[in-house]
This record gives sequence, structure tokens and C-alpha cells, in this order.
Amino acid sequence: MADRIRLQVARYRPEQESEITFDEYEVPCHKEWVVLDGLNHIKDRIDGTLAYRWSCRMGICGSCGMTVNGEPKLTCATFLSEYAPGPVRVEPLGNFPVIRDLIVDIGDFMRKLVRVKPWIVREAEKPLADGEYLQTPDELDEYKQFSMCINCMLCYSACPIYRLDPKFIGPAAIALAQRYNLDNRDEGASARMDVLSEHEGIWGCTFVGECTTVCPKNVDPAGAIQRYKLTAAVESMKAFFMPRGAER
Amino acid sequence: MIKRHPEPMLWMLFSAGGVVSGMLMPVLVLVLGIAIPLGWVDAPSYGEMAGLLAMRLTRLVLLALCVLSLFHWAHRFRHTLYDGLQIKHLNEVIAVTSYGVAVVGSAVAAYLLWQVPSGSGGM
Amino acid sequence: MSVHTEYHHRWLRQPASTYWWLKKPVYFAFILREGSCMFVGWFVVYLLLLVRAVLEGEGAYRQFLLWSATPGVLVVNVVTFGFVVYHAVTFFQAAPQALVVHVGRRRVPARLVLAGHYVAWLATSIVIGWLLLGGTA
Repeated sequence: MADRIRLQVARYRPEQESEITFDEYEVPCHKEWVVLDGLNHIKDRIDGTLAYRWSCRMGICGSCGMTVNGEPKLTCATFLSEYAPGPVRVEPLGNFPVIRDLIVDIGDFMRKLVRVKPWIVREAEKPLADGEYLQTPDELDEYKQFSMCINCMLCYSACPIYRLDPKFIGPAAIALAQRYNLDNRDEGASARMDVLSEHEGIWGCTFVGECTTVCPKNVDPAGAIQRYKLTAAVESMKAFFMPRGAER
Repeated sequence: MIKRHPEPMLWMLFSAGGVVSGMLMPVLVLVLGIAIPLGWVDAPSYGEMAGLLAMRLTRLVLLALCVLSLFHWAHRFRHTLYDGLQIKHLNEVIAVTSYGVAVVGSAVAAYLLWQVPSGSGGM
Repeated sequence: MSVHTEYHHRWLRQPASTYWWLKKPVYFAFILREGSCMFVGWFVVYLLLLVRAVLEGEGAYRQFLLWSATPGVLVVNVVTFGFVVYHAVTFFQAAPQALVVHVGRRRVPARLVLAGHYVAWLATSIVIGWLLLGGTA
């Protein structure tokens, strides 16, 4: 196996240029190296001006998402040797505005996330003396998959709907809303429904399914959305046919 | 409270149409569109076909198939134009036209199927 | 070619191409699936033409049968068959993700929901085939 590999890395220096350009670097290709190791090598040894985000380097913080050879990937979880002999094209995560080099603005997602209230919503908290909220393993299984989301936004990058209509609330936000809707300790389902049942909420989704394919944590946001469509549609019919009897 | 807009209802129609057309159309296309025209099987005689259509159940199922499939088509067609071809500025026009065609088609289907017992000449 | 965002005049947003669906096979398969709706719509028209022919009498019915055997119509229907099967398979594949069914406290496995769809598909196809091919009482 070759012990070096070429990385074609997207550069965007807003103070100098108005377009993305590509710089090429040759880095060692150790068997255990991931793309992030390659980028760190560039920054430490070759070109210290390269800008990119990373943190835990073990697939839990969600910071290092980038487009590698056209696919959204966590660079800490993608082995360089997979792409041997190369070259490997590294670009900023797609569908987001690029701030500099490989850094994108994730503000849109952060604003959308807050709107779906990703926390336990209750009318009244149980007093401490009443003890903890009990949850069986089966009840946990109902939402556990959706709780695995690390907010890496690879799903937004893969979603063609989000690319075409940036107002779409997007896969991760809906999956996270479902994580709480399906949690038996939560009482906030109807509060979230307002946001999710907007035109650019769940109804923007046409079930392409790429979000689920690229998710590094097997969250299955596409499944969460389809399931919620059925829930919301049934609620909508109930509200239409029994306006006074429908739950608020 | 859910904001009132027709998307949920249209999605339900689309889904129902998808299931019904998925279940019933393959065999119907195979028999009525391929096997009979190619002579692999004999066509039902006029009497047999008219008799089949005269059954209330047949007409009800056909009506459901046509109406739901038309709304399935309309919903998918409209979304594909919007997402696939990005014809966003005509969004309202396309939506109204698509569902409008589905409504008209449904009316035509209902009209035709209602007429069957009195209209069949060869009994 | 690239457009800058409204939030910051130097953040770069790259516009989406109208041909985005040609860029990845998965996207193309998606558009094909959506395109199957055109053939679903066509077959509704075909069915209604058949009903109208039966309404008009034996002559019209015979003419419809002849027309259905013309090469143009036949090719369209063969293509339609391919697309409606593709539609059925992809739609049933999606169904278990939307239809999460609980029996008591246990969740029905997705495989069973999928299998249920295929069983229903087979059963209705057999019934309809039998009705059309001379099984009428």
C-alpha cells in the first residue's frame, strides 16, 4: 500500500478571493489514519493557515463533518486508506454557507433546533420527594435511536430538499423532536406540532432517504419523519372532524 | 393547535393512493395492458366484462382506485416539479392545477362508473 | 457563479443546480420513483377508457381491445408495468417506517409490516387475476 496520499483541499479566503479554490497537499497514509489526521498533518507541518473544525476525534461531538469525495462524512471516522491511491477531495459540508476554508455556518440548524424544543416539556415537574420518573427498557427503546443524534448535520448535507429550500426544517431537527415526542416523560408533543406541521416542517420532506443513509449514528431521520407525518395527519383529521373533542 | 393548511389531508390521500395503486395496478396492467392485448390470455367476452363492471363492489373498488391514484399522481407531480425542476415561482399555479385535474378526473370516474348498469348494452 | 448570504457578505453559498438529481445514482432513483406517478395517472385514464368502451356497447369494447394491442399503446403499458411495480416495491418498503404498530406494549417488527403488505399484494392480485380471467360465478 502507498505510504503517501494526495489531499485536494478546498480553500476559501474571503479577504482575498470570492470563490473556492483547491490546494493540493501530500500527506502520509498510515493504515490507522483518518482524513482528520491528514488535515491535522497539513495544519501542523505543511500549511498552518488551513481552517477547519474538529474536537473529540472519535465520532461523538459532531464537529468534523465535511464532504469527502462528494459524500458527507465525519472526517474522524473516515479512513484515508479507503481512498488509496487517492487523490482525496475534501470540501466544506455541503448545503451550508462557507465561512472560511472547510468551516461552514451552522446557525440555521441551531435556530431550527431551538424551535422544536429539544428538551422534556412538562406541565408540572414532579416534586423531588415523589422520586424519579420511571421508564422501562421498552419505553426507552421507543425513542432511543433518535437520541443518538450528535448534531453533525451530515443529514442536512445529503438532503436535496434542504439544498433547494433552505427554509426546510430538516432531518435532524425532526428526529430530535421525535426523540422527545416519543419519550414517555415528555408532555410537549402538541407544542412541537405547531412548528413541525408548518409547510416547511415535515411536509417539505419527499422521503428521498439520503439522510438516513449518511447518518453516522444510525438515527434514521427519514423514518422519524415518515412516522411523524402519519401522526400529524391523523391529528389534523381529528382536529378537523372533532374540533371540540380533539386533544389540545 | 395545528395551523390549518391542507398538506396533511393531501398527504393522506397521496399515501392511500400509493398503497391502493401499488396493490392493484401491477396485476391490472399485466392482464389488461399486456397479457390480453398480446393474446397470452383470452379477453373476457363483452358479457363477462359488463357483468364484472355491473357488480357494485367492482365499481366501488375501481372508483376508490381511480380517485386515490389521481390524488397520488397530483401530489407527487406537484412536489417533483417544485423540487426536481425547481419551478418555485409557479408553485401555487402548479398545485391548484394538479389537484384540480385530480378532482376533475375523479368526477369523470364517478360519472362513468355510476352509469354502468343502465349503460351496458349487451346484457 | 457563487452567491453570498444575507447574513454576512463574505460567507459563500453555492447555488443548487437544476440537474442535482443527475449527480448521484440515489438521487436519480428517487426521481424515477417520483416519475412513476405519471404512469399511475396514465393507467387511470386507460381504465376509464375501458369503462367507457363497455358503457358504449360491444362494438366499442372490441375496438378498445384492438386499440390496446396497437404497438404504441402496448409499449406504453409495458413501461407502465415496470414503473407501477417499481412504485409498489418502493412504497411498501417505505410503509414500515411510517406505520409503527404496537400490539399491546410490544412493537410489531418492521419486517412483519412489510411482509403483511406483500401478502396483501399477492392476495389481491390473485383475486383480481382470477376475476378477469374467467373466474366469474
